Order: sequence, then C-alpha cells, then structure tokens
Amino acid sequence: MALNKVVANVEEACAGIQSGMTLMLGGFGLCGIPENSIAQLVKMGVNNLTCISNNAGVDDFGLGLLLQGRQIKKMISSYVGENDEFERQMLSGELEVDLIPQGSLAERCRAGGAGIPAFFTPAGYGTEVGEGKEVREFNGKPHILETALTADYAIVKAWKGDTAGNLIFKATARNFNPMMAMAGKITIAEVEELVPVGELDPNQIHTPGIFVQRIFQGERYEKRIEQRTVRPRA
Amino acid sequence: MLDKNGIAQRIAQELEDGYYVNLGIGIPTLVANYIPQGVDVEFQSENGILGMGPFPLEGDEDADLINAGKQTITAMLGAVYFDSATSFAMIRGQHVQLTVLGAMEVSQNGDIANWKIPGRMVKGMGGAMDLVASAENIIVAMMHTNKRGESKLLADCSLPLTGVGCVKKVVTNLATIEITDGAFHLLERAPGVTVDEIVAATAGKLVVPDEVPEMKL
Repeated sequence: MALNKVVANVEEACAGIQSGMTLMLGGFGLCGIPENSIAQLVKMGVNNLTCISNNAGVDDFGLGLLLQGRQIKKMISSYVGENDEFERQMLSGELEVDLIPQGSLAERCRAGGAGIPAFFTPAGYGTEVGEGKEVREFNGKPHILETALTADYAIVKAWKGDTAGNLIFKATARNFNPMMAMAGKITIAEVEELVPVGELDPNQIHTPGIFVQRIFQGERYEKRIEQRTVRPRA
Repeated sequence: MLDKNGIAQRIAQELEDGYYVNLGIGIPTLVANYIPQGVDVEFQSENGILGMGPFPLEGDEDADLINAGKQTITAMLGAVYFDSATSFAMIRGQHVQLTVLGAMEVSQNGDIANWKIPGRMVKGMGGAMDLVASAENIIVAMMHTNKRGESKLLADCSLPLTGVGCVKKVVTNLATIEITDGAFHLLERAPGVTVDEIVAATAGKLVVPDEVPEMKL
C-alpha cells in the first residue's frame, strides 16, 4: 500500500517551520520556485532564516518577498544579482551571503541527501572560494574539499506529483529541486497537479516519494518570466 | 577590427561536428548564430538542458523553459532536461567538449577573472568556476582592452580569480591568441588590425611569429 503524503493546503504543509531554521528552496531564477510556500512563509512571519537557494528572487517576487520583510538572515547561493533590496541589505551588513559555485551548490545538496559528508571538486581551487579548504591532488590536479548541505525543511516545486509524493518536473523547472528534495529533513513538495497513486508512470518519475514528506496542490501559479526573449513572428 | 558578432563568428569556426558546447552569457551566446554548414553541435545550458534552441516565437514563450541567463528559449528535437547536479556532472566530468565564456581579465598562464570586482556589488560566480575548473577546451570571447583602454591580457590577473591555468584560447576584437607555456601566442590578426596594434594592446608576454595571418571570416 502506497504511503499517503498529502496535506490539505499550504498552511499544513509549512506547519512547523520556525524562525532561525535552515531552508532549501528549489528553483533557478524564478523558474521552478515554490511560489505558494514562499507566500506562506511571508504570512507566517518567520525570520532569521538561512535560505539555501541558487538565486534570491527579484524585488517583488520569489525570495525577494522574504527579503522585503527582512525574514532572511543568511543566503547561500551561486548568483544573486537581480535584486535591489538584496544589494541594499548585503551592503549594509544586515544580510549574510555565502556565494558558492553553482555545480558545488548542487552537489553539496545532493551529497547531503545521499549520506556523503564531503567531496573533492576542482571548482574554486586557486580562488577565494578555496581559501581555508583542504586541498588534495587527484590525477595530478588539485581539488578542494566541499561539505554536504542539509536543511530543516526543503521546499520544492514540481509539475505533477502523486499522493505518495512521487514527482515529475517540467523542462528546466527541474534544476535544483530534485537534490534539495533529497537533502531536507522534512521535504515539502508543492505541485501544479496532484494525482492519485498509479496515475504517474513509474518509469517517468524524477523524484521518488521517499524523499518527500508532505505534498499539496498549489494554487494560482504566476510563473513569472525574468527575461522574456522572443523572435518576432514574420 | 571585429565587433561582438565578428568575435562570435570567429569562435564558431572552432566548432566541430559532434561537439557538445556550453556558451556563456554575452558575446558567447552569439556563437550559436554562426554554426558552420555541415557541423552538428548541441548546446548545453547549465540550468538543465541539452539541445537548446533559439528564442521562441512571440507568444510561444514558456516560463518553465529558460537558459542560464534566465531568457526564454526553445528545445531542439532530441533535447533533454536534467537536474543541476547532472548538469554539472556533464561539465565537471568533461563530457562537454567546448566552453565559451566572457572575461574581465586573462593572464599569460591561462588564469581567468570574470566574477568579482572588489568594492562593487558581488553578484556571484554562478556556474563559471565549475565550468573553467574542468573544461578541456575553454575559449574566452572578449574585447582586448577594457572601457578605459587598458589591456585585459595581463601577466597576472589583478581581479579575484575564477580559475587558474585553464584558458587555452582567446578571441578578441583584435586577435586570436593561444595560451601555452606561460605566454600569449599570437595566431591571427583581426581584419585590418596590425601586429603593432595587438602588441600595444597586450600587457602580458606576447609571442609574435614572423608571419601572422589575417583571420578569415
């Protein structure tokens, strides 16, 4: 019998998230971000959060909404430039920022979920990212030791999910979501379409439900586009 | 002298049939417009697509389908999507044959600086450090000098590094330059540019052969 991970709504899904916790939030830019849960975190007013997310949203969307309310104490990201409020808080010292090479960020989340405490990577060797980190040579090339990341709650967004928590992502909205789902002590998945078990083809599932503790169907996805680039129709 | 499109056009000549290619933001993106005839390549974008196509037709844009510059794109026939860890496995594991990226500075031993200017807002390195640390074949696309007219090809980078000893080739508005044995080696002049102009614009050690052909575009 498949386990049932369904919670009624975003309030139930985010219950237990407290000030001072470490959260992982999926998405790349505004693509594949858990919109409903972010709105709920704003409503809950939790603060002093450490947020692990590739980006920090824009001023009025994504994690920018949490920055506006000064709910974030520290960001762990690879690229954060799209946000005036972020810049202001960073320069004034209100916000701590840890910048990590994107591949190392992805792998540190994956490692966190996979029971691997640390790994060696060539990325960042010889740069300030490598400062103070253990260096070892493999195959004649220097590598630095990077440690795994985990979170109290990981919050991910998928396209389709079933009641057992199995997830399928759409196109490039997958990005960091699968690794973060693995690395959360509690993982919350919000999905555009929640279906009964058996409706998703087991061959096509990207994230097995074992990594997901709570799943709910999100509402009113805005899916804002950050850089709308098009070719004119002839 | 080349403009940005000219630099992209010259770099496109480096594409070989069957290559998987990662193009950075800026001039590198333009390389996709000049794929030589008869050459099949697939573009990888590190946010999670292989087989990236051109921008969508107006009205067809999909918020779930973007490139690493967060621009709306399309997917070619045979494209595939994957997560960020898999994407950087392709990059770190050297499954991508060519990486083209921009730079603020390159040094004569192949160091590259392109992510941070001290005292200015730091946006982050994104995937650049992973890309330069592992790619076998990295070409830098950039202007030879900065806005103040100072050389960007230096003995040592003055800005914080993105990677060490990794750049093999640089294509600028003035020249094609190879980096080996701790020096820049002049391979080609851009159309209408003299060797003297290139020497004057290069601060690092530049090896100039007797004969320097003009680029063919």
